[in-house]
Amino acid sequence: MSDRDRGHPEVSVSVNGAPRRAVLEARRTLADFLREECLTTSVHLGCEHGVCGACTVLLDGIAVRSCLLFAVQAQGAEVTTVEGLAGPDGSLNPVQQAFRDCHGLQCGFCTPGFIVSVTAFLAENPEPTLDEIRSALSGNLCRCTGYQGIIAAVQQAAAQTLKREVLEP
Amino acid sequence: MTRGYRSPDPAAVSTGVEASEAAGRFVGQSVKRVEDRRLVAGYGQYVDDVRLPGMLHAAFLRSDLARARVRRLDTTAAAGLDGVVAVLTAEDLNHYVDSLRSSVNPPDLAIVPGHVLAPGDVRFVGDPVALVVAEDRYLAEDALELIDIDYEPLAPVVDYEQAAGSPHLVHPELGTNLGASGSGPDPGLARVFESAHLVVTETFHQQRQCNMPMETRGLVAHWQRHAGRLDLWASTQSPHELAFTAARVLQIGEHQVRVHMGDVGGAFGQKVYSGRDEMAVLLAARDLGRAVKWIEDRRENLMASNSARVDRLTVTMAVDADGRILGAEIDHLSDSGAYPLGGAPAKSAQLVSMFPGPYRIPRLGWSTATVFTNTVGRGAYRGPWQMETVGREMMIDLAAQRLGMDPLDFRRRNVIERAELPHTTATGRVYEQISPAETLEQAAEMIGYHSFRAEQAEARARGRLLGLGLSLFIEPTSMGRGALGAEGAVVRVEPDGTVTVSMGTGAHGQSLETTIAQVVADELGVEMERVILRQGDGTPYGFGTGGSRSAVIAGGAARAAASEVRARIGRIAAHLLEAAPEDVIVDRGSAFVAGTPARQVSVAEVADAAYRRPESLPEGVPEGLEHTARYRAPEVTHSNAAHACICEIDSGTGVVRILKYVVSEDCGNMVNPMIVEGQIAGGVVQGVGGALYEWAPYDADGNPRATTLLDYVMPTAAEVPILEHGHVVTPSDTPGGHKGVGEGGAIGAPACVVNAVNDALGPLGIRLSRQPLTPDTIISAIAEAESR
Ligand code: FES
Ligand code: FES
Repeated sequence: MSDRDRGHPEVSVSVNGAPRRAVLEARRTLADFLREECLTTSVHLGCEHGVCGACTVLLDGIAVRSCLLFAVQAQGAEVTTVEGLAGPDGSLNPVQQAFRDCHGLQCGFCTPGFIVSVTAFLAENPEPTLDEIRSALSGNLCRCTGYQGIIAAVQQAAAQTLKREVLEP
Repeated sequence: MTRGYRSPDPAAVSTGVEASEAAGRFVGQSVKRVEDRRLVAGYGQYVDDVRLPGMLHAAFLRSDLARARVRRLDTTAAAGLDGVVAVLTAEDLNHYVDSLRSSVNPPDLAIVPGHVLAPGDVRFVGDPVALVVAEDRYLAEDALELIDIDYEPLAPVVDYEQAAGSPHLVHPELGTNLGASGSGPDPGLARVFESAHLVVTETFHQQRQCNMPMETRGLVAHWQRHAGRLDLWASTQSPHELAFTAARVLQIGEHQVRVHMGDVGGAFGQKVYSGRDEMAVLLAARDLGRAVKWIEDRRENLMASNSARVDRLTVTMAVDADGRILGAEIDHLSDSGAYPLGGAPAKSAQLVSMFPGPYRIPRLGWSTATVFTNTVGRGAYRGPWQMETVGREMMIDLAAQRLGMDPLDFRRRNVIERAELPHTTATGRVYEQISPAETLEQAAEMIGYHSFRAEQAEARARGRLLGLGLSLFIEPTSMGRGALGAEGAVVRVEPDGTVTVSMGTGAHGQSLETTIAQVVADELGVEMERVILRQGDGTPYGFGTGGSRSAVIAGGAARAAASEVRARIGRIAAHLLEAAPEDVIVDRGSAFVAGTPARQVSVAEVADAAYRRPESLPEGVPEGLEHTARYRAPEVTHSNAAHACICEIDSGTGVVRILKYVVSEDCGNMVNPMIVEGQIAGGVVQGVGGALYEWAPYDADGNPRATTLLDYVMPTAAEVPILEHGHVVTPSDTPGGHKGVGEGGAIGAPACVVNAVNDALGPLGIRLSRQPLTPDTIISAIAEAESR
């Protein structure tokens, strides 16, 4: 423990299934903790004021903006970032695969936030209408794609998830 | 020429485009992107992901006044904070840098004073005054609060339309607020205007917009004094331009600079040149001898990175009774802000030159001026000259309306037909492989132009505000002059038969790892996944990625180098197979004798021979298997497109909804149609944003009013139209027949949307010419019209 850390709170969380423990200043955001201490650098910072959605992660399964939370607020929680969504063999989850299939990304900076948000959205609403998809996506900003491929990707992922559930109940 | 378009099934956005004429095994196909495997899995590597041992973190103190003298600047307390390594001001850094010039500054550009940090006075809100370097970013920002600074406020120059006559000077060193200006009067125009059936004048305004890449700017610089080596990681479009700036500022050789190119989170013109902030970080890194990281935050990006599109264009157009354009006169004024970046203000020349666009406009008189203001500097933003399309296409709708003519018919009457090519414009541009008339017809067909007019009449009768807009333009791509004139590529088959392509590009979303692999794999006759692109350190000089140039110029270089390597593979294989080189075919990673595919040798075996068994090579064939080529591009390669959209306005809320949007474009042979459509879509949505939502205004005191992404409103998935794409394919005469396409979407969209809105508001007698058309603007225009 360095001098600067003395007297600071300790936080322990699980990040993509691995336990993490750190002593850190109470003001450190969850995003900075994930990026710097846990090296899950898929957590991107596009605004640091809660608007762009690039920093979205799952906190106990709920999509949250990690730039708006302090790391200590995640005490005891399970955090999932996009690094934790692929299978152990590296196989992509249906949302990740659909983003690739539908050209849902260009520079890729917004992508982890979108994929995490969409994964949470489809878990809650596996059969969304086009309007529901559009409004679910409206909390994430992308400057490259014009959202065309992203909307198509959510439609594909929804259709596939559904198919899989029917085939492998 | 081929044409084709698809149905608007949103689930099929990236499939179903027929391959173009020059299709190869990979070129011309909508191959999935190579980049995506790492990016969707969360393993992209952007500049903020770089971590070096002992790395320090930088943060800027920025001015919160638009124009002021610095009365007191005391950094003692900040420097004394535990963990702070240095606090640097103008006194420490400015003497190292004489100008902000880039490698492409035209010599006649009024050169902006080269102040790295504010030199005793501040010139816009966001002007960097001091740089704190600390062990940690949180500490660096703590230290900013401890800097004691006191200003004497001065009256700022905020309104660019008044700047030239203002008694206050943005840059006292220059003695004027006027930047570059020029004119090209056409003395014959006065007579044309006098005798014309109709002369229409209107002034059009665009508002301050920001590139807004989702990743802000950033740089990690590490100077190792004893090794004489500077390592840089940057969010850049142009690794070699960064090396140029770094070497110039630090007075070292370019061979000492290593730019490591990782993933770049978008740029749209913002990350071509290195500005004052980057220079300050470079100098700090040199002085401290430790790695320094600077990551701009979003507030800084909005206040202190470049903005764009602050343009005023007055157009006077003369037409005859049949709707033929007889001549035009344009006057352009643009805001350079305080410290414009790179060659940005000089874009007025490009604007004038492109004004005739896809029409026969026999005469053009022009005047242009740029002015300095106490606002953030202007920079390049996707189609930096696009005000010409905005003004011309809105003027065309206005002239058609005055004549009582349908805007499609008016365009048909004036558009350049294929039979007229080559066509030389009044500004001296020569068009050869373009198809504006064909794209216009295709867009009109896709949007259902004629059935729409009937539908519109019916809707109007029921009080609905429905409108259709058109916009037609020529896009000057792949400009091949000066520093932009050529790109290089090294194509190297490695000893195991895999292929490395090294290029000076700076991909930031354009998918070059995919498209260059497509081009090289086809050229060599190998599998795409065997080809990898390297950018940054160790690559041949090139200007990088921007100006819609990578497919044509970088692609041309890759093609040229690969074709030489392929010839060599053929000669070695022929020798190993005891056949004549002209009988050897290389395909799918194997070389075989035509007609007897059993007699074959793999490219890997050929490579093994080239490197490890030189005695097995035929006479006269050099050892190794690599070639360097540079491709010199034509001065310009013209693309063209037609946009059409239908919108509906809610007269109660003023909200514009785009119901349908189609683009018919001709970018020659497409390397990857899926990627082409992605580029167009991204540009269109930025253009829609510029027409309807995006605005970074200043108040009268020069305070920026958009400092978060809540204030700077960009389109989201909730309101974007689902685009339909049509393709007309007229190959260019460059190798591969490609043309650039990166900027077109953003060039064509604003006028298309504004024209649709004006068409919808037509029955109320409203015509708007000042963007953005926000709900407030529209509501008050409707209220005003109703009270008339
Ligand atoms: S970085 Fe968290 S919402 Fe933008
Ligand atoms: S892909 Fe670049 S911001 Fe979305």
